[in-house]
Amino acid sequence: MNQAGFASTARAVGARGLWRFLVSELKPKGPLLTAFNLISAPIIVAAAVILAIRFTKGLSSVTNLSQDVPWGLWIGFDVVTGVAFAGGAYVLTFLVYILRQERYHSIVRVTVLNGFLAYVFYAGALLFDLGRPWKVVNPIIGNSFGVSSVLFLVAWHFMLYMIAAFVEFSPAVAEWLGLRRARRALSALTLGAVIFGVTLSMLHQSGLGALYLMAKGKIHPLWYSEFIPLYFFVSSVFAGLSLVIFEGTISQRVFRNRISEDHRARHDDIVLGLSKICAGTMFAYVFLKVLDIVHGQKFGLLTTPMGQWYLVEMVAFVLVPLAVFTEAVRWRSQTLCKVGAALTLVGILLNRLNVTIIGFQWDIPVRYIPTVYEVVVTLGVVLAEIWVFRWVIYRMPVLSMPPTWAMDADAPPVAAPRAAA
Amino acid sequence: MNRRGFLKTLGLAGATLTLPRTGKAAETETGTAPYGVLVDTTRCAGCNSCTYACAEANGLPEPEDPEAVTRPTTDQWTAVRGFETSKGEVFVKRQCMHCLEPACASACLTTAMKKTDDGPVVWREDKCMGCRFCMVSCPFSGPKFEYSSANPRIRKCVLCADRLREGAPPACVENCPEEALTFGRRDDLLRIAHKRIANAPDRYVDHIYGEREVGGTSWLYLAGVPFEELGFPTDVGETSYPSLTASFLYSVPMVLTLGPALMLGMAKAARRDENGEAASAAAIPPAVEDEEVRS
Repeated sequence: MNQAGFASTARAVGARGLWRFLVSELKPKGPLLTAFNLISAPIIVAAAVILAIRFTKGLSSVTNLSQDVPWGLWIGFDVVTGVAFAGGAYVLTFLVYILRQERYHSIVRVTVLNGFLAYVFYAGALLFDLGRPWKVVNPIIGNSFGVSSVLFLVAWHFMLYMIAAFVEFSPAVAEWLGLRRARRALSALTLGAVIFGVTLSMLHQSGLGALYLMAKGKIHPLWYSEFIPLYFFVSSVFAGLSLVIFEGTISQRVFRNRISEDHRARHDDIVLGLSKICAGTMFAYVFLKVLDIVHGQKFGLLTTPMGQWYLVEMVAFVLVPLAVFTEAVRWRSQTLCKVGAALTLVGILLNRLNVTIIGFQWDIPVRYIPTVYEVVVTLGVVLAEIWVFRWVIYRMPVLSMPPTWAMDADAPPVAAPRAAA
Repeated sequence: MNRRGFLKTLGLAGATLTLPRTGKAAETETGTAPYGVLVDTTRCAGCNSCTYACAEANGLPEPEDPEAVTRPTTDQWTAVRGFETSKGEVFVKRQCMHCLEPACASACLTTAMKKTDDGPVVWREDKCMGCRFCMVSCPFSGPKFEYSSANPRIRKCVLCADRLREGAPPACVENCPEEALTFGRRDDLLRIAHKRIANAPDRYVDHIYGEREVGGTSWLYLAGVPFEELGFPTDVGETSYPSLTASFLYSVPMVLTLGPALMLGMAKAARRDENGEAASAAAIPPAVEDEEVRS
């Protein structure tokens, strides 16, 4: 059923129709037996089984966490890396709604959706890692405010940002449901939600790094720095945008028939623009990282095995993608943009894991290596997010154009002065 | 009270020796300084009496082979470990250090980990959500987590906080046959420690571990050999761990107030430019909004 079609039916049949529509929308829209489904479904089921064991027998039944390494893959990848990858949402909303870079408008919705779902799933995966998740409301309800804790800040910001991102996305939901008045009200909230969301993002992207400030002495000095928060914030810009480029490349193929002409036409231009921003922020990032090596007098460490690993991260996955992005912009090469984005994503993954796992307690006798169960749960979380993402893409106007009534509603403020002329 | 009087006399004796005294110690002479324990590793014989006493006082399972346990665990909050050093075997009792400004308590987002006025850092079951940020933050890896439980707790030495409230010293101190452990107000303990070093400079290295480390700890250590040889982390610095995140936390309210204001301004500026462009292209007088801004 197309959007405009539903909108009129919903008005005609009212609440019961809406309910029936929601039930029908829950059903799958594409073929069930695709390669992706056949691989991902068993992994998600396995992850659910592992989690059931974890909640009945304790964390040690499925993880390799120890007294020395209390945070493993579920924090280091799911939360810390996942949230960095979700940074595209705040950067793009900033570009479009604050700086009014209209050429990025067509990808705002898909990026915000991606960011919102990433927070729900990856930050939600935090619950699996909590030893006593039934107490998770404690820092929210007011009987135990640990205001001196960076994690208190991060927890609140995750929650508030999820609300802000949902508000930013909500007009798409209203369009899907054909709720015209709700859409108008929700659209009016967008700028406020964006400003709030960008502020929160700046603070919790850096806050994730600040979590590790007190792990001084536990993190290898090449990765420990008092500037970790700044590094995490700056790198979240190009991490998020690289994911936008990467995700866009996949969406262009997978959701071909859902993508509007407008979106398709602008895609190349958008990718080049984002690559330019990536190159700029990466340059700043490299500069800040070099400053740390120089000021901290850490040159000597570079010749150690960990130092060579550090150079792999910095050269192959920061400097090389920086050069690739620069060349990509100069030659207007889509392929190079995608290569740069892919390398950057690997670099961010390496960096976050180096801080949280590989460089964490690097000198203890028994190193932490995640169990296969931890990996399966992590994969399950990622795949479940993709399932929900796909479900939304096939139903709501995210990659496709909004219904005509919604576009008409948006038109006057922009079109009016020109019409007068 | 007798004990305290005795300690005070000792302290005065120490003071007259014009020993180096920190500003912090001078501030806490009022007698309300937190309690602490002084461990003299040159006296410890490694008998593990403290380990058994700790288990009994805190309702922990009786230690089966405490000598095999070299670090505190969830079930054994104190561990005595022997180190081969340049001065022969030295036994060191380790447990939570009860920092004056504990990283764990500042890391705790539910205030489950709390530094009490008396000195003990305690854990409160009804508040903890099991995030283990305290463990990540603690420079001494003090808090231990019950990984194999579906209802896990954080376990560590609580400096026998209940006994302290009743006026009794911690169980380990009371049961030490070698008088290697001394209980008292931290400032008094520091004076005792300095006096011991001054009286027997050959027996001790001139360093009280915990006096300045991480901003000071309630447990203080004397040793005959450098503390590196005894497995103490010597790279923890002298600033308190919570201060490592203080500047980040101070920046939060600034970003929260300035960020939205700046962005609102930027959004307005970007929008006015757009209108301006449209207006000039159409060669019509400036919009009313612009005039308002100018006046």
